[in-house]
Amino acid sequence: MPQLVSIAGLSVAFGGVPVLRGVDLALEKGEALGLVGESGSGKSVTWLGALGLLPRHAQVSGSVRLEGREILGASAAELDRVRGGRIAMIFQDPASALNPVLTIRKQLCEALALHRDLQGNGVKAEARRLLDLVGIPDAGRRLEAYPHEFSGGQIQRIMIAMALAGNPDLLIADEPTTALDATIQAQILELLSTVRRELGMAMVLISHDLGVVAENCDRVAVMYAGRIVEQAPSNQLFADPVHPYAQGLIGALPPLDGPRRRLTAIPGTVPDPAHMPDGCAFAPRCTLAAEPCGLAAPSLAPIADDRSVACIRAEASRRALLGVAAE
Amino acid sequence: MGRYFAIRIGRAALTIVLVVTFAFVVLRLSGDPALMILGPEAPPEVLAAFRKAWGLDDPIWFQYLDYFGAIAKGELGRSMRDGRPAIELVLERIPATLALTLPAFFFKVALGVPAGIYAALHRGSAIDRAVMMTAVAGFTVPSFVLALLLVLVFAVQLGWLPSGGQDSWRHAILPIATLSLGGAAVLARFTRSAMLEVLGQPYIRTASAKGVPWRRVVTSHALPNAAIPTVTILGFMVGTLIAGAVVVESVFAWPGVGRLLVVAVANRDLAVVQCILLLVAMTMVTSNLIVDFVYGFLDPRLRTKGAHA
Repeated sequence: MPQLVSIAGLSVAFGGVPVLRGVDLALEKGEALGLVGESGSGKSVTWLGALGLLPRHAQVSGSVRLEGREILGASAAELDRVRGGRIAMIFQDPASALNPVLTIRKQLCEALALHRDLQGNGVKAEARRLLDLVGIPDAGRRLEAYPHEFSGGQIQRIMIAMALAGNPDLLIADEPTTALDATIQAQILELLSTVRRELGMAMVLISHDLGVVAENCDRVAVMYAGRIVEQAPSNQLFADPVHPYAQGLIGALPPLDGPRRRLTAIPGTVPDPAHMPDGCAFAPRCTLAAEPCGLAAPSLAPIADDRSVACIRAEASRRALLGVAAE
Repeated sequence: MGRYFAIRIGRAALTIVLVVTFAFVVLRLSGDPALMILGPEAPPEVLAAFRKAWGLDDPIWFQYLDYFGAIAKGELGRSMRDGRPAIELVLERIPATLALTLPAFFFKVALGVPAGIYAALHRGSAIDRAVMMTAVAGFTVPSFVLALLLVLVFAVQLGWLPSGGQDSWRHAILPIATLSLGGAAVLARFTRSAMLEVLGQPYIRTASAKGVPWRRVVTSHALPNAAIPTVTILGFMVGTLIAGAVVVESVFAWPGVGRLLVVAVANRDLAVVQCILLLVAMTMVTSNLIVDFVYGFLDPRLRTKGAHA
């Protein structure tokens, strides 16, 4: 079966400073993939770059295929069909994600008119249906309202409705709940997984919240300093992280049950993109770093059927984890 | 909405009263009209008679109350020079001024706004830099320098256009050009920065992400938002239609309100100066009110805020 999206060697630089340094990522139809990592690790840039949504001065290279067809560097008209029609994206900040001077109806119907073969009243009826679907009450009347008349959670629902307007095969949710209250977060995530199940749509959930990703995704990719360092099915990654960085992230989470333990923090900070170390970008902070780590950046290599990791000390790292667990 | 405008109209009226009061006091403290008009050699009894005739020997608070009482009756006083009603003198100059400022306003908008939008959309390009350099030059060069430069080139060197006067439409070209270039420069810079600000907003990325073609993103998502700050500057320019050409009218010997103002100030022709200032304050304040109204129309956030206020 051909993959829905496959990204190979995707690199992005701003003014000569590389922020994305060769990302390889593949996505099956209907799959939910979590993309985790700290701010600045390149989670959002990966997808903004893939869809041609970065500012013009960004230098993007590599390959992004949608069902085998290259879309990186495709014509503007083709990209406009892909964006919203095949791959939709929702963003973090609900306060400024919608145009403040246009009604919800204008913004929603614009997406419908672009990607669906609907005319006149059909457009408005479909807009109403979408608002109902995402749980905006009194949809008919609310269509005529402006964005500032909605709460943050409602705006994110409207964003989801707008993303669904083009019947996309893939929804990129870029930190969709970061700016929302905890209770609203849960509702939005619930809504996302419901519509995904019902529509058989694939989803990429970008988040720095490991818990959110664990609950909502089949598979997780961990990013560090512009690269993917580990990929695994969610349950395996959380039970048995291999890359020292992934271990560090998960070690920093407080456990809900079991004895109280001291949370471990990863020492040091993320390297400045303009001054990346020669070899593995994590080596300066890694407790297992050895001499060869500083020579060449390790590439993502399979360690099991559906797992891969970019670390030459993967075996040592695994043993270390088991050793800690055995204590 | 009603209260929103009631407050604004109240403030506008207060602004006019303050402007007129300030002008009234400053004019009376800054020189004696009797001396200015009759000359320093005039016999003291003539000067005294002049002051008595115009009420200049009354205490200033009395003159002030008198002045407002007259305004309430619709009288704006008479020129001390030729005794004609001040308002008549001013009104007969307005068409000449508008003959310069209205076309200039049109050219400012027609040149400045598209140049600013184009520069923003092609940020960092050679054209952007050229537009911005012209714009910086356009509004740092004072209008009298620009006016003299244009006269030097087109009247003196090339001899294509007259350097002053008001005999034909060709006499209006250089003054209009002077006014237009400076204003277009201000507008271009302002529109560009408003546009850049808007283009960096997340909702522009949202529009692109849902597949809206770039041209439509610009016209139906960016421009309506960038219009909001640009209207402020346009409103200010409308406010200067009556007296915005003081310098240019003087350079080109154009008999408009601006020149009348310069002459009247020099002569301490109090009624005329006050009449012009009242008119200027009223146009400024009116155009500000119009801007507030247009804001409400352009920005739904203000509309509802107004309704709740």
